[in-house]
Amino acid sequence: MKVNDFSFLIGGEAGAGISRSGSLFAKACMRSGLHIFGTNDYQSLIRGGHNFYVVRISDQDIYSQADRVDLLIALNAETALLHKDELVSGGGIIYDKDDVALSPEVLGRQDLKLYPVPMKKIVVDELKEPHNLIMKNTVALGTTIATTDFDLAMLEEILKETFKPEVAESNVRAARLGYDYAKQNFQSDFEYRLVKTEDAGKRRIFLSGNEAVGLGAVKAGCKFFAGYPMTPTTGLLHFMTANERNCNMIAMQPEGEIAAINMVAGASFAGARALTATSGGGFCLMSEGLGMAGMTETPVVIMVGQRPGPSTGLPTYSAQGDLRFVVHASQGEFPRVVIAPGDIEECFYETIRAFNWAEKYQLPVILLTDKYVVESEMSVEPFNVNRVKIERGSMMTGPYKAEQEYGRYENTETGVSPRASPSTEGAIVHANSDEHDEHGYTSEDPNVTTMMMDKRMRKLSTLIKEFEERNVETIKFYGSEEAQATIIAWGSTKGPIREAIKLLGQEGIAVNYLQILYLHPFPKSKVEKALEKAEKTIVVENNKTSQLASLIRDHCLRRVDHKILKYDGRPFNPSYLAEKIKEVLNE
Amino acid sequence: MITLADLNTPHKITWCPGCGNFGILSAVKGALVELGLEREQIVVVSGIGCHGKISDYVNVNTFHGIHGRVLPIATGIKLANPDLTVVGFSGDADCYDEGWDHFCHALRRNIDVTLIVHNNMILGLTTGQTTATSQTGFKTKSTPFGSISAPLNPIAHALISNGTFVARGFAGDPKHLQNLIMEALKHRGFNYIDVFQPCVTFNYLNTYEWFRQRVYKLEESGHDFTDRQKALEKSFEWGDRIPIGIFYKEERPTYRDNLPHLKGMPLTRMPIQDVDITPLIDSLR
Repeated sequence: MKVNDFSFLIGGEAGAGISRSGSLFAKACMRSGLHIFGTNDYQSLIRGGHNFYVVRISDQDIYSQADRVDLLIALNAETALLHKDELVSGGGIIYDKDDVALSPEVLGRQDLKLYPVPMKKIVVDELKEPHNLIMKNTVALGTTIATTDFDLAMLEEILKETFKPEVAESNVRAARLGYDYAKQNFQSDFEYRLVKTEDAGKRRIFLSGNEAVGLGAVKAGCKFFAGYPMTPTTGLLHFMTANERNCNMIAMQPEGEIAAINMVAGASFAGARALTATSGGGFCLMSEGLGMAGMTETPVVIMVGQRPGPSTGLPTYSAQGDLRFVVHASQGEFPRVVIAPGDIEECFYETIRAFNWAEKYQLPVILLTDKYVVESEMSVEPFNVNRVKIERGSMMTGPYKAEQEYGRYENTETGVSPRASPSTEGAIVHANSDEHDEHGYTSEDPNVTTMMMDKRMRKLSTLIKEFEERNVETIKFYGSEEAQATIIAWGSTKGPIREAIKLLGQEGIAVNYLQILYLHPFPKSKVEKALEKAEKTIVVENNKTSQLASLIRDHCLRRVDHKILKYDGRPFNPSYLAEKIKEVLNE
Repeated sequence: MITLADLNTPHKITWCPGCGNFGILSAVKGALVELGLEREQIVVVSGIGCHGKISDYVNVNTFHGIHGRVLPIATGIKLANPDLTVVGFSGDADCYDEGWDHFCHALRRNIDVTLIVHNNMILGLTTGQTTATSQTGFKTKSTPFGSISAPLNPIAHALISNGTFVARGFAGDPKHLQNLIMEALKHRGFNYIDVFQPCVTFNYLNTYEWFRQRVYKLEESGHDFTDRQKALEKSFEWGDRIPIGIFYKEERPTYRDNLPHLKGMPLTRMPIQDVDITPLIDSLR
């Protein structure tokens, strides 16, 4: 019997509400005191195709999906046949026997438990909802609860909170019918059980990276959001527009990404905190606006959710191929900050920090995420809303009173000029994308050009100094100092890496992990120091050319020993990664 | 109260002597003084091209942006702080070529900004190439055998994109233009003025003389600017007689008027130090 260590996959056609059902079940488990990680896999289409959602449930802390499936909820025949080999020995399949006739012969496996449920028949004959076949999912969730001997009441509570009363009622009945059917027709012989823990009722939240960025933005006082839909950051657009009214802000969908970045720059110039979000393709379109924000010293925050390219690539999958692109995008040289949150908590806290850096240093900040981190969902402790304070830097709050005329680009020691907004009394603000003098008037003078370039770039040195003085966590280090190898990585590979380290630890192999959270300005000295003691260095990335390794080479003049790269659009699975690390260690 | 002198900047004006832009600059300054606006209240947004230099020549708040993006920048500013009077300056290439999509969308959203397009039917700052409003057959450096495309009709486009204030002026008649600008600034909504602005260096065809022989004033011809159909008919008038003045005007809620939760309050004045996100966090339990 395995209690509270369970992974299930629910799959079916697109449009069947797969991830919704997966997360409903996940929430029920979370409220029972369990930790959850859910991730989806879907194609760029609306109906048909194959979608699935994998949920891992545990009473221990977990950081990623598992790489095994204990129970397969097959909402169509294809799901059963596609995923049967991922099932562990003793695993089960819940399926509709009117869809597909499964048998050990058909499956080529003798070691699986089969739970045929007439889901469609139940929806049509008993629920009398022939036009609402999406209810099949809820029937299947009821069956899942029965086979794992879990508490149906918890799911019922979630259904009631999620849906309108009449819809909730049908769903509760559907779950009950699925549950009863299983209790009446199947033996209670499934090896995996879910049990409420003593953490039940503890205040945890279940959310995606997109939602965490959205929450962070609202907390940071973001008042203007403009974003054009693009997977995988559309979820952030939806979060912001859904909360436009209750959070007293403007969240809008403009005519495209070029409009989005320019609107955001305009709103920020006026004095509001502003955010946009896109993926690589949209970011290409934003590049010119990014440079304008750099030149005009207008604070903007851009969330870039990576997906595999080039071009349209694999629109609904994940990748880390845009690191060097965002670090260098747009013509000319200007200061910027690039932060890559590796998990949902970092999505929240780093978003608030992003707004602070943007305003304090009057520059663009890019939050570099990917599909895997922004669309996966996780249960976490509620965020500490007081951890990151709002800092607006040199922004003026009262009237400008100095005798001399206000100069938007006053040349200061730190490179940061006092920031007035157009409504600041006594100050006239000239922002200019042409090279300009301290007052913002266009200038092509060679001395002015040199002075202003130096001034802008000096902001980065000041920023680095602040990072050092305040000990800002630009990198994070996991594991003991003594290790056979050090993994170096950035972004969403964090979860699978931490899981792989656990797996290796169980085999007595010690590996530690350096996460580079700030990619630009590159935390050179911290990385150098962390790597001093490294026995062997292994870069792990979801791209083809190992862009982090090249950044390390650029900044630290150091080659990494090994690279583990995966660029098929899918995240690393922990045991796959552990195996790859072992191969490297054995070389 | 500001005076004309308050609006001067120390920057040297580098437009060609006789450029149509001078007419626009003086009309704009005149309108701002006449309306009694404060300098801090006004934001000028300009794009790239000869017109864009206007940011260096008017001493109000300015944002000199990138090519084609005057309207999204102006939109962001106005939505963030509706207390500001936002005036966008764009050129025919800036607005009708590079920035065409923003033009249509600003019109349909009815963003409460004023847009003045310096329409000289040529790219001046890049030394003479064709634009979206260049006449068919017009020879430029990029169309040495004559433009083979038909010109856009921006006035008609503005009308069919649900524009709420659609007008055309002529830089050769700054007094008339100043009145148009004042009317525009007094109107709530997206206030669009296309301005014939002769380029004395590169446009040998559409000269002051060419326009003077053709333009006539709509207000002197009994045009009813509350009738969109009639306005559309007028917008197709081109050739020997070309109308200037207000083609169409109506009152329609602006984009921000349709966001009642903001109650007209600038985003920039909303407190951001202690935003309470507890309800949002609780909804994720």
